[in-house]
Amino acid sequence: MRRQGRFITVMTTAGLVFLYAPIITMMALSFNSSRLVTVWGGFSLQWYRELISNQALLDGAWLSIEIAALSATVAVVLGTLAGYVLSRFGPFRGKVAMAGMISAPLVMPEVITGLSLLLLFVAMEDLIGWPAGRGLTTLVLSHATFCMAYVAIVVQSRLAQMDGTLEEAALDLGARPWRAFIDVTLPMLAPALISGWLLAFTLSFDDLVISSFVSGPGSSTLPMLIFSKVRLGVSPDVNALATIMITVVGLCVFLYAWQARRKLHVMKQQAARHNRERILQVEAISQPISANANSAGKGRTACGSEFWKQGETAST
Amino acid sequence: MTSLAPIRSASAPADTPFVRIEGVTKRFGDFVAVNNISLDIHRSELFCLLGGSGSGKSTLLRMLAGFEHPTEGRILIDGQDMTNVPPYERPVNMMFQSYALFPHMTVADNVGYGLRRAGVRKADIKRRVVEMLDLVKMGDFARRKPDQLSGGQRQRVALARSLVRQPKLLLLDEPLGALDKKLREETQFELMKIQSQLGTTFIVVTHDQDEAMTLATRMGVMNEGQLVQIGEPRNLYEFPSSRFVAQFIGAVNMFEGRLVEDEPDYVRIRSEEAGCTLYVSHGISSAPGQSVHVAIRPEKIRLSHETPAGADNVVKGVVDEVAYLGNVSVLQIRLGTGKLIRATLPNLDRHESMVFEPSDPVYCSWGSSSGVVLTS
Repeated sequence: MRRQGRFITVMTTAGLVFLYAPIITMMALSFNSSRLVTVWGGFSLQWYRELISNQALLDGAWLSIEIAALSATVAVVLGTLAGYVLSRFGPFRGKVAMAGMISAPLVMPEVITGLSLLLLFVAMEDLIGWPAGRGLTTLVLSHATFCMAYVAIVVQSRLAQMDGTLEEAALDLGARPWRAFIDVTLPMLAPALISGWLLAFTLSFDDLVISSFVSGPGSSTLPMLIFSKVRLGVSPDVNALATIMITVVGLCVFLYAWQARRKLHVMKQQAARHNRERILQVEAISQPISANANSAGKGRTACGSEFWKQGETAST
Repeated sequence: MTSLAPIRSASAPADTPFVRIEGVTKRFGDFVAVNNISLDIHRSELFCLLGGSGSGKSTLLRMLAGFEHPTEGRILIDGQDMTNVPPYERPVNMMFQSYALFPHMTVADNVGYGLRRAGVRKADIKRRVVEMLDLVKMGDFARRKPDQLSGGQRQRVALARSLVRQPKLLLLDEPLGALDKKLREETQFELMKIQSQLGTTFIVVTHDQDEAMTLATRMGVMNEGQLVQIGEPRNLYEFPSSRFVAQFIGAVNMFEGRLVEDEPDYVRIRSEEAGCTLYVSHGISSAPGQSVHVAIRPEKIRLSHETPAGADNVVKGVVDEVAYLGNVSVLQIRLGTGKLIRATLPNLDRHESMVFEPSDPVYCSWGSSSGVVLTS
């Protein structure tokens, strides 16, 4: 047992080091006063100062956030519709084809997606003059296209778990289908929609390959900027930016986990209170029966009359 | 309960039926779920559809609710053709087997949902929700969420929610299926009370024959998409029209035999299985020599150690197994012909006055009007 315990500890540590050593190294280096990665020149915030004055990098970050938010929103709307159709409309002609085509972007190599999107946009510009040039519009369209697939899958699996009779109950109670969707389906889907949006946001924010194909002059996203910077040699202000991003994401995850734990705690408390109430009720009911030995019979009759009284009040 | 008798009587004046199902068939691809069913249900009836799984009873109910549309036939409710009317425009509500309470709404919001969709004024909604919750004795739970309720409480909320719109017809899909036995028995009577109080027409789907017998003013037995027999619970039990119904409702002993004598007021049936000729005091219209079955319920068989005097039908056997259930004892008896039959012995006395042990010889007898001859 002891040896097994040590084995687990060693393996866990090794795994964690494997995962987080690069990130920690990078965070440490963002505070390095030396420009060289290999030399520790003492603690310094100079790269953060340099970062703030690096307008190009900040613009790129803002553009990436903008694109990620827009394309995640578009992806959630389209993905939800697709997921809903696939799991609630029963069998229809072309359903299998549709399911396959929606999940195709998940397995398609990004280079091919990017190239084909670029060709499409160029052809469209020639034919109908839209989208004029490449930039924010083409980036959002492309990101929404592949993010939609992820959202559709998240929504579809959530709907598959959901009791379909809930929607039927809403229809039965006089809600038109659209109303039932708003009142019942959507609130039940909310967790899936939020996680789908966040997933799409991350995917879009992170994307380098497709963005490289469909972006135009003056619309370089953050990953593109960082990548081009790295090619010229690692500059420590990128480390500073990455550290800030990791801190923000880490904080979000921490807050979410904390909130979830608190919610769980509240639910547990409620359940406990609920149980206490029930135990009290049961005790109150069983008291007359288990009163004492010689009035046991009396207790039972009292119980009986109580029962009938209840019945009477219900019938009036 | 006596004051409620007029409403619950099964023989309601049969002027115009309240729900009329006309030759309804429902096919899913090649599978026929409901096969040419015609059925009339009267106002204020509590009609039970009884059948095993896959008998088409739930599909029929879903067609009444509007979730499925008949492949053929028509459905009329209160004189109006509802065949292709969507669920949200029908004067019908349904209580789902899973209750389908909206988990993100409180009990009060769940019950009030139907009224909000109907555009009832806020103050009226509040009043009617309170009334409904009081009716099902859930007034104290209005602000709870469904996941904070027990199974029985959820069932009450679901009932309140389906009744609050004052539907002309309430459909109940296995309303007590998710409750444990004790609770189910109590709730049955409450459901009957509420039904007779409101006078709403109820159609209940169930696979539990005890539940159907208890609740129903009239019931229909379904098998393989067809309605096999319709009648009051008592009629179905005592006068089943087919072997299926006899075996589906309650326990029954079946003797295969050949008709030897068929008079207007009696028949004699030669049964190899019983090892004798059985005498039944009702006539059937069929040819002599025809193969028929005689059905006899276990509780109608009298048991004795000595040859019973003056009994119409007597068979001799040996006690095979005895099961003591408290209120009755169930005996399995092996006849001389090798056939096993079942008889129940009421526990009349706390002292064991009539004891049968396994391998005791025993005479089984029953009167001429106890058995039923079945030709199908």
